[in-house]
Amino acid sequence: MNSRLIAMIVKELWAVLRDSRGRIILLVPPIIQLLLFSAAATLEVKNVTIGVYNRDDGAASREFISQLAGSPNFKRLVRIETPEQLHSAIDEQQAIAVVVIDQGFSRDIAAHRPVTIQAILDGRKSNAAQIVMAYLSQIAANTGAVLRPLAGRSKGLTPGQIAATNWFNPNLDYLWFILPSLIVQIGAISAMGVTAQSVARERELGSFDQLMVSPLRTWEVLVGKMMPPLLLGLFNVTAYMIIIPLVYGIHMQGSILLFYAATLIYLFAVIGLGMAISVISTTQQQAFLGMFVFTVPMILLSGFASPVENMPGWLQLIAEADPLKHFLIISEGLFLKGMTAADVFANTWPIAVIGVVTMAVAVWQFRARVK
Amino acid sequence: MSGGFNLLRFAAMLLKETRQILRDPSTLMIALVLPVILIFLFGYGVNLDTARTRIGLSVQDQSEAAASLAGAFQSSRFFEVAEVADADALGQSLVAGRIRGFVVIPQDFGRMALRGGGTIQVVADGSSPNTAAFVANYAEGVRQSWLAARAGGRGAAKAPPISINPRFWFNPELASRFFLVPGAIAIVMTMIGSLLTALVIAREWERGTMEAIMATPLRRFELMATKVVPYFVLGLGSMTVCTLLAVMVFGVPFRGSPLALLAIASAFLVPALGQGLLISSATKNQFVASQIALLTAFLPSLMLSGFLFEISSMPRWVQAITYVVPSRYLIPSLQTVFLAGDDWGMFARDIAIMLGFGALFFALAIRAMRWRIA
Repeated sequence: MNSRLIAMIVKELWAVLRDSRGRIILLVPPIIQLLLFSAAATLEVKNVTIGVYNRDDGAASREFISQLAGSPNFKRLVRIETPEQLHSAIDEQQAIAVVVIDQGFSRDIAAHRPVTIQAILDGRKSNAAQIVMAYLSQIAANTGAVLRPLAGRSKGLTPGQIAATNWFNPNLDYLWFILPSLIVQIGAISAMGVTAQSVARERELGSFDQLMVSPLRTWEVLVGKMMPPLLLGLFNVTAYMIIIPLVYGIHMQGSILLFYAATLIYLFAVIGLGMAISVISTTQQQAFLGMFVFTVPMILLSGFASPVENMPGWLQLIAEADPLKHFLIISEGLFLKGMTAADVFANTWPIAVIGVVTMAVAVWQFRARVK
Repeated sequence: MSGGFNLLRFAAMLLKETRQILRDPSTLMIALVLPVILIFLFGYGVNLDTARTRIGLSVQDQSEAAASLAGAFQSSRFFEVAEVADADALGQSLVAGRIRGFVVIPQDFGRMALRGGGTIQVVADGSSPNTAAFVANYAEGVRQSWLAARAGGRGAAKAPPISINPRFWFNPELASRFFLVPGAIAIVMTMIGSLLTALVIAREWERGTMEAIMATPLRRFELMATKVVPYFVLGLGSMTVCTLLAVMVFGVPFRGSPLALLAIASAFLVPALGQGLLISSATKNQFVASQIALLTAFLPSLMLSGFLFEISSMPRWVQAITYVVPSRYLIPSLQTVFLAGDDWGMFARDIAIMLGFGALFFALAIRAMRWRIA
């Protein structure tokens, strides 16, 4: 490595880490984000309030209500007396669902007639409402089994019981999914954030021209600018690799070496994109906005919020150009599944292609600016 | 601040700020293009409604029962049988992420089924917990309909003793875009309100133009107002773009009144702009300002506002933090104005809280903005 390049790298590192606020803002938030967002991102529904509109006064409905009250997912049951109360409980979001037990419920149960309980759910929160509905169905089935223990077995055993197992995450703990995906997102946001500001800042402050008259070659300037985000990205990933096993007890199933190799290529791709944005922008505000125009869709298309295969075909095609999509597969794969080198490679080369393209755009635009 | 307000001076400065924004194409891009991208992504891309899940199938039994069960999986509208192979190969596909789960119909299934037994093995990829839960539930659904079809000749399968008949109010088809759109509006307004604003005053300090402004008779209050008013208008503009697109292109219902939406959105922009201004005045450095805005405004709006994740399910310490996230008060009102209709009791409470935060942020911003050169 030549001394000019080393001087440039030192200068760039110094520019980022010079003031204490800069240091804190780069190193501390990624760790806070990991701890906070892993706690916040839960798709279980807990502590919700359920309204009960019971128009039956028999033993069967009391059994159902006591099963409801015993559910660990429901914090509170509120008694609903009139249809008006039912409306206001849902409208004002005092309850996410109201179950309506009709007159004659206990009588029908006693007479061995199938009965139906109405559930009114708040469709504004369509996801949570669906999950609550699944809980309610489970409770109804349990109550049915308690009240009419023989109903299910009246015809002997039903053929073909399902034995479901979940590999890689036996209890379907959402944390196991969220932590490897936070590495992908926070890694991209923090590395791109630093890169996007780098050249744009020089252009805004007018020091870009000084850089151009220095003996530094184009590639030396670019490499120097990309070093701080690369080191920052590696620092964050390393911090996560320590925190995730220690705090959450989730241990990397695959090869750490492969993970770092893939991380380097991933950082190369997102930094290339950040650099392209930075070179095209004339002000830091533009660079910051440009970064957002890319990162928000990239996060949404990565498969973190919803599976990529649920998207329409043309959007799946666009998602192929999203480095986050590929690295998410690698991160989940290595952390939880012990993915093989061949599978890691199959998902890494698209990231490398993206990286080469974004880098080429950055260099091309940079040269165009110099002239 | 009191007294000395000069309308002409204020108008001149406001004009200058507005022109400065309009001159920069990137600002208009964020205000108009980003809402369009977001609404399209939420409309088409982020589909929480489950589509067909790719699974593998391994049939180790030659019997008629096994074949008909396999057929039931093949023709299920919940599954796409992407691979038919032996269990080991399917296991590798599961690791590679090519399929989300697989079903094994074991060797003596047909013989066991005749005696009312037999086990269908369902293995799901737990690294995506939601999809894994769907795989198990849908497999049970396929088994039920298979049973019902087989029982067809011999009398229908017995109904469970108690069943639940759900009715989802406001969104009977449970289209996830109906609840994602209000979230998209919250993200766009946070972006314009807090992120853009966070950079504006920091920029003046960084470029050294703050001193030039200070030499003018302009007052601190006037300066702040001229900085935020254009962004307020921009925020409402992109909210309107989002709403029109959502309603006209994606058929999201709008059951409340435009007045209510305007009131809610305006009330949210006050704390959003106040927060941006506070960050900007406190940091005086665009890079630090942008990172703090990202951390304290954008990410909380996404993760802690209740738009993606249910607040009541979060741990208590995280719930406590959500109380100081202004968008927490925006989301329920927005969801209500779109899907349910006007509920001024709820709106008034949320608007009052948001304005309260706004007043606090603006007061802090004024304090933070030292009116002298340090």
